[in-house]
Amino acid sequence: MAVIEIRLSLPPKGLEAKEIAEKIKENFPDQVIDVAEFRDQVSVIVKKDQVVPICKYLHDDPLLSLDHLQDLTAVDYSGKKDVRFEVVYNLYSIRYRHKIRIRAQVPEPNPKINSVVPIWAGANWHERECFDMFGIVFTGHPDLRRILLPEDWEGHPLRKDYPLKGPGPENDWPGFIEVLNRSKELKEFEWEG
Amino acid sequence: MEQLEKIFETRELNVNMGPQHPATHGVLRLVLDIDGETIVKVTPYVGYLHRGIEKLGESLSYFQALPLTDRMDYVSAMSNNIGYCIAVEKLFGIEAPERAKFIRTMVGEMSRIANHLLWLATHALDIGAMTVFLYCFREREWILDLYEMICGARLTVTYPRVGGIRNDVPQEFLDSLWKFTDEFPSRILEYETLIDQNRIWLKRTKGIGVISAEEAVRWGMTGPTLRGSGVPYDIRKHAPYDAYDKVEFDVPIGTEGDTYDRYRCRMLEMRQSNNIIRQCIEKLPIGPVMADAPKFTLQPKDAMFPITHPTKEHAFFIEEKTCKGCGMCMRACPAKAIFGEKKKPHKINQELCLACANCYVTCKFKALKIVPGGKGLSDEKLAELAAAPVPEDIKKATEHLVEQFSFVKKGPRAPEGELYVATEVPKGELGFYFVSDGSGKPYRMRLRAPSFIHAGCLPRLCVGHLVADVIAAIGTIDIVLGECDR
Repeated sequence: MAVIEIRLSLPPKGLEAKEIAEKIKENFPDQVIDVAEFRDQVSVIVKKDQVVPICKYLHDDPLLSLDHLQDLTAVDYSGKKDVRFEVVYNLYSIRYRHKIRIRAQVPEPNPKINSVVPIWAGANWHERECFDMFGIVFTGHPDLRRILLPEDWEGHPLRKDYPLKGPGPENDWPGFIEVLNRSKELKEFEWEG
Repeated sequence: MEQLEKIFETRELNVNMGPQHPATHGVLRLVLDIDGETIVKVTPYVGYLHRGIEKLGESLSYFQALPLTDRMDYVSAMSNNIGYCIAVEKLFGIEAPERAKFIRTMVGEMSRIANHLLWLATHALDIGAMTVFLYCFREREWILDLYEMICGARLTVTYPRVGGIRNDVPQEFLDSLWKFTDEFPSRILEYETLIDQNRIWLKRTKGIGVISAEEAVRWGMTGPTLRGSGVPYDIRKHAPYDAYDKVEFDVPIGTEGDTYDRYRCRMLEMRQSNNIIRQCIEKLPIGPVMADAPKFTLQPKDAMFPITHPTKEHAFFIEEKTCKGCGMCMRACPAKAIFGEKKKPHKINQELCLACANCYVTCKFKALKIVPGGKGLSDEKLAELAAAPVPEDIKKATEHLVEQFSFVKKGPRAPEGELYVATEVPKGELGFYFVSDGSGKPYRMRLRAPSFIHAGCLPRLCVGHLVADVIAAIGTIDIVLGECDR
């Protein structure tokens, strides 16, 4: 039988998140802006220019080996912080069981950041979703299109200035208006008991 | 001959599969470029079920967003709820009591079994083994009935709560669940008899959708889909939550990374889940099921029982000298039993009063008094009784009620910060990333859905195979589009 069952012998815990943050600071001293900690989770806030070399270092370094990209997302801090967007990378090492969070600051206008798809193939859809929801452009992405919303949708819903209830009946998505009109047209064929 | 070739040139064919297709497990649309029967390119289109849960979550308090998580992966809603609760608990800095942890582990594993059963049923049905379908649904029905027993719902359960669980489990539930775990291993054998050595099944699953360990990690796969490739990554072991560090279980790992190995992994996982449930029932400690953290959790309803379900019949009475005549109570009264002019003391019509305590909670001047056993007495008698000191249990219950009232309206305030918490749901790693700005609502709520990532791997798994193998590939990654599109 192909599948073997094992009592998962856990690898020893690797580095503390703070130590990883120190390592990033050592290797990229002019890139790290700040290190934040909350409930034992450490995030390193970096400039956006060198985010790919930083990620590559974290992924390839044999002692860090952060091979699993848990999550890639963005946050809109409009009005709260000086830099509007932050792209968040949650990294985990399956071999060493340690993790770190990288937050890259992406200023307005024309939010742009380099793509990490060459490092983690799974980042492909995450980045497309970020582009869809926040309008952040990932340069070097193989196929940057909207993913959850229709291609001709206007606006980026997870931005803080996008209304919760959508664009409203006048500015609705053309596809939806088309459906409404079609249903009106077809109403005359409705069966009336 | 050359002329013939010019007339009959060979071109790639473009086939649209879905969004309405029984084998896509929801509304997934695939555009296939095929050369004869071989797949050249696959382009998945998702988003047909996008409801904007992340945006909605930003406008709701931490309690209110809980039912939204049911609607993500509706096949294993319980696991999603648990994942959400654990993330919020960590954000608040509270911990569920021991008994609640064991019960959550138990129901979480039940949902793993239910999910894998549905997966096996539909996956086998897609590939052509129809018999398994109803066998699996028979056992799944049992689990859904058990869910109904503890929370009244079968699919969208919302049973766990931030800080524990909604209510304790009854003894009949544990008895029936024990009986289930007794019988279930033999039922798994039944399924395996049907398909495990079936030549068609082997032909359609062995060597299909092969992905190596390194590549699976690079694509961000998690759960049984990743473990089928031989990567020992299980969050229940790597970062134990709830009671997973107190039960013993193995993690099945595949070797080949093909559809058959992922199938075997899930079959063995069901046996492990069965064992975990048995251990949980055996070790189930006695105690409360809700964390004692009045600032962050809803307190049990019986804390307010003396008022909401009085044993002696209460009467409510407005003290004349304290009442300012603001009219707040009058507006709050559902029975319109309170009357009076503005700026003059109001009165309660005792015949209409429902004793709902709405006026009591609303009054800012504490002019309302509760008179235990005062139902049916005259106003003079009530005034006399109301002057006496309030009994201790009523006093306490009142405080609870007032607290609860403002608590539900405003929601608990989370400390400022951000965190990512992942749990192992049947489909893989479900992550919640919260950014809190210190208010009662999350500033950003991000859901990392395993189905979304796995659907992104489809092109990698399908290219080079035959058209019929697309169905096997969709089945083997175990996606639910409600979760994928959020």
